[in-house]
Amino acid sequence: MTEQQPPNEGPQDLPQPIVRKKRFSASWIWLVPAIAAVVGASLVIRSALEAGPQITISFQSGEGLEAGKTPVKYKSVVIGTVHSLGLSADRKNVLVRVNLHKSAENFATESTRFWVVRPRIGLGGVSGVDTLFSGAFIGADIGDSTESRKDFVGLENPPSVTHGTPGKSFELHSADLGSIDVGSPIYYRRIQVGHVTSYQLAPDGKSVSLHVFIDSPSDRFVTQATRFWNASGVDVSLGANGLKLNTESLATVIAGGIGFQDAPGPQDDTPADADTSFVLFGDEATAMRPPDGEPRYVRMRFDQSVRGLDVDAPVEFLGIDIGHVVSVNLDYDEKTQRFPIIVGAVIYPRRLGRAQTKLAAIAAKHGDGDNIAQTLGVLVSHGLRAEAKNGNLLTGQLFIGLDFVPGAPKVAFDAAAKPLEIPTVRGSLSQLQERLDSIVGKLQKVPFDKIGNHLDDSLGQLSSTLQHLNTDLLPQLKGSLQGINNTLGSADKALSSDSPLQQNLGLTLEELQRTARSLRVFTDYLSAHPEALIRGRRPDPAPKPESRPGSTHASPAPPPQGSQP
Amino acid sequence: MTALPRAEQLGLIGCTVCGLVSRAPDFDDAGCSRCGSALRRRKTASLSRTWALLIAAFIAYVPANVLPIMRTASLGDIDDNTILSGVLELWNKDSQALAVIVFSASIVVPMLKFFALLVLLICVHRRSHWAQPQRAKLYRLIELIGHWSMLDVFVVALLTALVRFNLLSSVEPLPGVIFFGLTVVLTMFASLSFDPRLTWDDEEPHD
Repeated sequence: MTEQQPPNEGPQDLPQPIVRKKRFSASWIWLVPAIAAVVGASLVIRSALEAGPQITISFQSGEGLEAGKTPVKYKSVVIGTVHSLGLSADRKNVLVRVNLHKSAENFATESTRFWVVRPRIGLGGVSGVDTLFSGAFIGADIGDSTESRKDFVGLENPPSVTHGTPGKSFELHSADLGSIDVGSPIYYRRIQVGHVTSYQLAPDGKSVSLHVFIDSPSDRFVTQATRFWNASGVDVSLGANGLKLNTESLATVIAGGIGFQDAPGPQDDTPADADTSFVLFGDEATAMRPPDGEPRYVRMRFDQSVRGLDVDAPVEFLGIDIGHVVSVNLDYDEKTQRFPIIVGAVIYPRRLGRAQTKLAAIAAKHGDGDNIAQTLGVLVSHGLRAEAKNGNLLTGQLFIGLDFVPGAPKVAFDAAAKPLEIPTVRGSLSQLQERLDSIVGKLQKVPFDKIGNHLDDSLGQLSSTLQHLNTDLLPQLKGSLQGINNTLGSADKALSSDSPLQQNLGLTLEELQRTARSLRVFTDYLSAHPEALIRGRRPDPAPKPESRPGSTHASPAPPPQGSQP
Repeated sequence: MTALPRAEQLGLIGCTVCGLVSRAPDFDDAGCSRCGSALRRRKTASLSRTWALLIAAFIAYVPANVLPIMRTASLGDIDDNTILSGVLELWNKDSQALAVIVFSASIVVPMLKFFALLVLLICVHRRSHWAQPQRAKLYRLIELIGHWSMLDVFVVALLTALVRFNLLSSVEPLPGVIFFGLTVVLTMFASLSFDPRLTWDDEEPHD
């Protein structure tokens, strides 16, 4: 239709178009949507291929979880994302639908565990700090199972052991949990080697079983002979060595913990298999004691008051603790019309140690069925008796002592009886009481009245005697004393410095002095003039040289002597 | 409508670039003698090209909306947003005005372009005489607003370049934004390859 019209009259002078080179064909343009379609399709196919299974996890709370955002992580690698959150039909749980990645397909299996990782602060430490900023995420731990599963129940707390951690798990049984919690440390020689992974009540509610995990390589130290004990708190003991305070570590005082070690002595030290059961003892001392073995129930019948005897009071054999009292009951005996007290106790024959093995061997020789009953029968015939003894004089606590009582009356022992009955004797304290009673009885017979009267008479006589002494004897004594006093006064006077006696004495002494001097002059003269004895004394000579020595003292003036020196 | 003669009937052809009127060539691949640009009665294969590009744009539009376009990470809190979720987030965070702008630029405008081009193409195919002046206006409108659709792409590009505080916060572009850009570009090409003169043709269009 373009070229139908002939060129018209008007635009004759119009320019002719030029020829341009050929351009690409128009149909190529369809490549564009084709490519777009291919890209689009590849996206769809890829997302379809990448999509892993969708699983549902139920949690108690959806706190911190966000649809389309919260990741599911295994070893910090994202393996899926929360797709949506919803409530379960009974509105008790939160159902979290998670789209797992294709590569994480094997996480949708039976033994996989899921839990929400949130920041946690406990006594054992702090975890999940990174989630403070990034928000909570779902942690996953894969197990061994290959069985496919789509519905999971999420754990409320992170599992303390992730799958594949080298080590062993063991089971412990205890009467109560104490202050142990999940995550409480386990010590071997005060080094932390594991932790508590879970605990639950036994089905009958009478004990607690705990699961613990010991990390490799320390798990080989758990042997058949290993004893576990609760290391929580502080163990204070007062012994012969003084006060002793014992604890595993300061952390266990607050957070609780478990210790374990092999029992002392030669033991079976083959490593225990995984999931072996052990008893969790209350403390280290109990744990380290030899095993108690099978307990035996025995009964004792007391005819006196057992005030101060409690349940759990020890039963001692020659001072060795072999059991404890489990019941104290009152009975009534119609024949004697008395109220005997029946005490039930549990004894552990193995606590007797070597004695028990020997006794059992002897009893076995006799060939009777019940070794212990037989042994006990022998012991009773040798005078073994139970006795309620006083353990503490202050509080009056009693314990049961099994001792050989010399001269105990013979009793019949029934080895076939169940439970075995151990004959009793009255306690030493009650015997003492009896003796005291008889003493008091004798004392009562003493005629205290008569003695009193006699004593009264004697005292009256004593009183009159004393009166006589006062009135007669004492005045005379006074006169005598005065006389003595006077005598002493006159003696004093006689001896005073101005007394005539004193003066006379002085004169006499002066005289004596003069006499002595004249005697000396005489002797001097005599020694110089011995002839004077015969011739008598000569008149004093004129001074001559030869008479010098003799006139030394007698001459009034010997001049040369004075000038010689 | 037959009152006015067509250039075709007069044996004339106009250059769309410089406006020079030439004698209608009797050969293909003619060029303007003044500016050298192609001289065609109508744009070559206009309808099929427009269709092809429009379909391609539409295909690309699907992942553009489904895939996230941007990842904002602040303090480890990673947030992937698609166009629509971004708009919703803005709305919920009391930035309604911003939400409206982003919504109209990213959702309304592309959809409007798809719809408008679809209407124009169908009308041309049916040689409809319905609302011809309005259709011409519509074409001019989509030519005008088409560029604004790139707003989203620019926002992502800008944020990615600017917000780089490593741990504190960072923004990353995600595949969705590529598809979105592709959609915008393809619709622009589609509207470009559409010849508005077809609106006025009575007869069967020829390629």
